[in-house]
Amino acid sequence: MSTDVDAGRRRFLTASVTVVGGAAAVGTVVPFVAAWQPSERARAIGAPIEVDISKLEPGGMVTAKWRGQPVWIVNRTPEILEALPGIDDRLRDPESTQDQQPDYARNEVRSIKPEILVLIGICTHLGCSPSYIKQDEAPLGTGWPGGFFCPCHGSKFDYAGRVYAGVPAPTNLVVPPHQYVSDTRILIGADGGSA
Amino acid sequence: MKGMLTGLLTWTDARFPLSKLWNEHLAKYYAPKNFNFWYFFGSLALLMLVIQIVSGIWLTMFYKPSAAEAFASVEYIMREVPMGWFIRYMHSTGASFFFLVVYLHMFRGLMYGSYKNPRELLWVIGMLIYLCMMVEGFFGYLLPWGQMSYWGAQVIISLFGALPFGIGEPLTLWIRGDYVVADATLNRFFALHVAAVPLALLALVGAHVMALHEVGSNNPDGIEIKKNKDANGIPMDGIPFHPYYTVKDIWGVAVCLILFAAVLFFAPTFFGYFIEQPNFVPANPLKTPEHIAPVWYFTPYYAILRAIPDKLTGVILMFASVLVFFILPWLDRNPIKSIRYRGTLFRLLLGSFVVVFIVLGYLGTQAPTAGGSELGFRLGEIYFSFFLIMWLYTKERTASFNYTVLGIVAVLFLFFDVIRFDSEKATLILTSSVLVIGYYVVFVLGSMYTKLNEPKPVPERVT
Repeated sequence: MSTDVDAGRRRFLTASVTVVGGAAAVGTVVPFVAAWQPSERARAIGAPIEVDISKLEPGGMVTAKWRGQPVWIVNRTPEILEALPGIDDRLRDPESTQDQQPDYARNEVRSIKPEILVLIGICTHLGCSPSYIKQDEAPLGTGWPGGFFCPCHGSKFDYAGRVYAGVPAPTNLVVPPHQYVSDTRILIGADGGSA
Repeated sequence: MKGMLTGLLTWTDARFPLSKLWNEHLAKYYAPKNFNFWYFFGSLALLMLVIQIVSGIWLTMFYKPSAAEAFASVEYIMREVPMGWFIRYMHSTGASFFFLVVYLHMFRGLMYGSYKNPRELLWVIGMLIYLCMMVEGFFGYLLPWGQMSYWGAQVIISLFGALPFGIGEPLTLWIRGDYVVADATLNRFFALHVAAVPLALLALVGAHVMALHEVGSNNPDGIEIKKNKDANGIPMDGIPFHPYYTVKDIWGVAVCLILFAAVLFFAPTFFGYFIEQPNFVPANPLKTPEHIAPVWYFTPYYAILRAIPDKLTGVILMFASVLVFFILPWLDRNPIKSIRYRGTLFRLLLGSFVVVFIVLGYLGTQAPTAGGSELGFRLGEIYFSFFLIMWLYTKERTASFNYTVLGIVAVLFLFFDVIRFDSEKATLILTSSVLVIGYYVVFVLGSMYTKLNEPKPVPERVT
């Protein structure tokens, strides 16, 4: 047996085993990481839902559940709609420039039909569900024009889900893709691909 | 009989380093003779770890990690499993006690400079343990599937959604395994809570003890006892850990368990601080509780997050407020370790840090108000300033150096106030700035124009 050590050969073997073994190790991580993605079942449950709004009174709100999240449908009165532009200067993104809504809801009132507002009821700060607080109601009291208030960190949104300036939430509430199946039925989660 | 036992020990020692381990870590581990009250908390932390593991194993025998059954299975443990309530309350009380003990243990380290050379790595391993505990506590809090479990998890996972470049949202989806916190989330948190994190925790605790016994314990005087050894190489100010400190620690264990039992039997929810009231209502994904707060041991950091009116900055600074402890050994390099010899200003500095930490913790449990957020913001500034002053106090600084630091801080803090300025809060912002200005006047100008920061002579031997 020879006692000579071929250092170059040894270095090459060490390096190649490290590279090949390292690649195998990285490859093995893939299934472990992939397993954390939503399962096929979770994706299937994310299918669109239909909501009947024929019984929704002016000023009233119904909450539906889509993808496990609350979806609010608010029937806004003409007075509410008139008051909306009046607070533009207190909002962070009054023109809805950020992509928080489908194109058909990128307007002054953030909706397809002006009076019917559809929103995902999850605060864009840290995912709490804000409360629907009408004009001058507690805990915001007199001077509050009405809208949504997140009890977790105090973010405020107006009657179109637009965020106030100076609160932790960075963006307006999300308008989910939706479309009218009939005059009183809304399909939430799909819009015929126009978004 | 005795001969047989000795024989068995000899037989074992030839095959496993039993006597060697016993001597290295207990009978011939020489600890400084001047340990005081604050040195109870290391062994008490170990006690709490054991309590959590044992009670946790028993809870897994009855708990069902599924969104449909979790809440009911906890009720089942509380009402129908014989002595189930005892085991469950032991685990929930144990979590809070574990954090309490570890906070006191960390405070001891801050007081006596136990993070300094040669114990930097010991401190870093300890911080890793603390991080693991936070992760463990967070995963565990979801398991009862109450309202606070659910929305607390929702909020904390959403923190990662603040990450920029489009990685935030996919990352939160990946963590949850669903579009909201759901069954998939509960199931994986259970696996992490009962297997992955405890294993890491045990390994780190082992490493912490090994590192400690390698460098040797610090003491209230902050003097290295290994510098004064007798002819046999034994530190002259050291005494064997066993029996001296095992006996002392058993006394500490007894007192701790009395307090533990008092809470467990008479106030297991501890007035809503150990288990929050909304957690007795099952999770409802459509309705957030009126007020969400994490458990008390997270609230100081949570208050910092909440006080900052920008999502990404808030998240970054919240994580920074925890992680900054990691680099403490390299910030404070003052050669004097113990608070006993570091002058009056250092005592005030550390004392004010404790007050700030507690007040932030209180603010974090309360509903958000404009005044509370403003106070939280200022205390957040002071929180980070503590680490800056620790660095500043490393050595004697020239007047121009001090003024440069003051200038930079003033510009930076003024900048924060300008960008978050809101005419409605103008008075509040101006008034609260007194807190921060006062802080810097006392700790920077105080060290320059008074003798309050002058160190006292450090004795040769422990007192």
